Amino acid sequence: MNLLHQIFIEPFAFMGEAPDLLLQVLWEGFVSGILYALIALGFVLIFKASGVFNFAQGIMVVFAALTLVGFHAMGVPAILALALAIGVMFLLAVTVERVVLRPLVNQPDIILFMATFGITYFLIGFGELIFGGEPKQMITSELMLPQGRTSFDVAGGFVAVQHIDVAAAVIAVIMIATLGIFFSKTRIGRALRAVADSHKAALSVGISLNQIWVIVWFAAGIVALVTGIMWGARSDVSFALQIIALKALPVLILGGFTSIPGAIVGGLIIGFGEKLAEFYWGPIVGGGIESWFAYVIALIFLVFRPQGLFGEKIIERI
Amino acid sequence: MSVNPTSAEIAEKATEKPACETVEPQGAGGDAPLVAAPALRRSEEVLLAVDNVSLGFGGVKALTDVSFDIRKGEIRAIIGPNGAGKTSMLNCINGFYHPTEGRITFRGETRRKMRPYEAAAGGIARTFQNVALFKGMSTLDNIMAGRSLKMKANLFWQILRFGPAMREEVAHRRVVEDIIDFLQIQAIRKTPVGKLPYGLQKRVELGRALAMEPDLLLLDEPMAGMNLEEKEDMSRFILDVNNHFGTTIALIEHDMGVVMDLSDRVVVLEYGRKIADGTPDEVKRDQKVIDAYLGVPH
Repeated sequence: MNLLHQIFIEPFAFMGEAPDLLLQVLWEGFVSGILYALIALGFVLIFKASGVFNFAQGIMVVFAALTLVGFHAMGVPAILALALAIGVMFLLAVTVERVVLRPLVNQPDIILFMATFGITYFLIGFGELIFGGEPKQMITSELMLPQGRTSFDVAGGFVAVQHIDVAAAVIAVIMIATLGIFFSKTRIGRALRAVADSHKAALSVGISLNQIWVIVWFAAGIVALVTGIMWGARSDVSFALQIIALKALPVLILGGFTSIPGAIVGGLIIGFGEKLAEFYWGPIVGGGIESWFAYVIALIFLVFRPQGLFGEKIIERI
Repeated sequence: MSVNPTSAEIAEKATEKPACETVEPQGAGGDAPLVAAPALRRSEEVLLAVDNVSLGFGGVKALTDVSFDIRKGEIRAIIGPNGAGKTSMLNCINGFYHPTEGRITFRGETRRKMRPYEAAAGGIARTFQNVALFKGMSTLDNIMAGRSLKMKANLFWQILRFGPAMREEVAHRRVVEDIIDFLQIQAIRKTPVGKLPYGLQKRVELGRALAMEPDLLLLDEPMAGMNLEEKEDMSRFILDVNNHFGTTIALIEHDMGVVMDLSDRVVVLEYGRKIADGTPDEVKRDQKVIDAYLGVPH
């Protein structure tokens, strides 16, 4: 009885008592939700175009951020370093297409999936070799990203908002909207989806698989760079960041592997869910809910809606 | 003929390819005879020539020393028992397979190796035996995908979906709507094609190939698995495409009635070899063809 009271009554009573705290938790949830969505977006891009879960997306985030910081450390101005980092992501896309995807064309998806493991470990080794293994500071102020925080007085208390979080949210929303339109309404967007559906049909209408793969890996690289900057600004740029790739999995299961709006809604659900659970229900089990709560939500979703909230329904005529 | 090509672009294309009486010396197929028999509707100009093509996979020979040609404006049928190498032949023509020996000449250009992308860009469109559509996409998007090569706006404008990209999108959408009208599939334009019945999927696939405005259209069993009514519809579309747009068509088909009615000339393959080539009537009377289809008494 006491446990039920703790689960179903007390947290809600607490929310009512301290609305400013609730708002603060919701804001935190929103921000991490947006950032999860951003990571998930990188996966969705590649999954849409090649039907492959790109395990290397997490390390691409780290690699992109390291490149940016690395160039700056060499004395390159921040804006130029950003441009160079984008260039490196393009080179990476071309290399992956040429060395990994092209020889493996028409192989089963599992082979391509394993190949992304290869890319992951190559990038870890290559990144450490060039940039070293120690954590680095993101060049937030040099990139003219806002810093500091503002407090708002709300309902007798206050809510503190980090400026970088606001910037992250705005940039993420713009990116997601642009990519969403690009995918659904343009020639290249259609070509991307076409390639995902059927290689031979795409070839027969004159779509070049190689070009599409480069575009899609480049887009995923840009998303990785933005993600790296935003996450790096909140913590450090280190190889530990790559585990956020695993955080994207529940988001993808929720949102559907092929849906860009799904990635953002999924990200928000996970973000809100995680923070609320941690703050209000965490104390019952002694905290630490945050690290596994997302997977529980994903598991429940898998049972009832395996294609995700917005995923394309799996149509198989027999 | 109830269908009229309304799009200026398609109409223009149709007038570009007049009946045989006025064959323009287009440079292509230079040495081909340009004398048109006045009684014939078709041109004598060779659009595609297959010379001594062989194709092997490891030890298995799919095609052995096959030669035939496809003339501009005709409907050419490729027939033969199962496993005769008909689809392999189409795959060679559109660049999915590269012949191990022999040459293929398209519009006067000879090549050993051609990528599917180049074939498509050169004006060869095709459909597949088992329907290869983009299942998750709508009918409209599937046919729009067929316009890929015609659309030129660069990545920058496409990301913004503004300016040239937007204008281009509208123009091509108009052409696609005309194709949808032509094939009478207006009702399913927003339906994901994976949900459509088989007969309609075949029609959408034809629409996607037509959207490429091909010079040569390869149809791999366009009527497989269809009922009589669907077959009649499809036959009518094929004839209309040939008549209105002047598109040259090569088709593989098992239904002999359809082949005899539609095609101008027929090539017959058996075990990867050509055993007959000629008009439907000639082929029908050919003893080798009769043996191949009915078996030889031992």
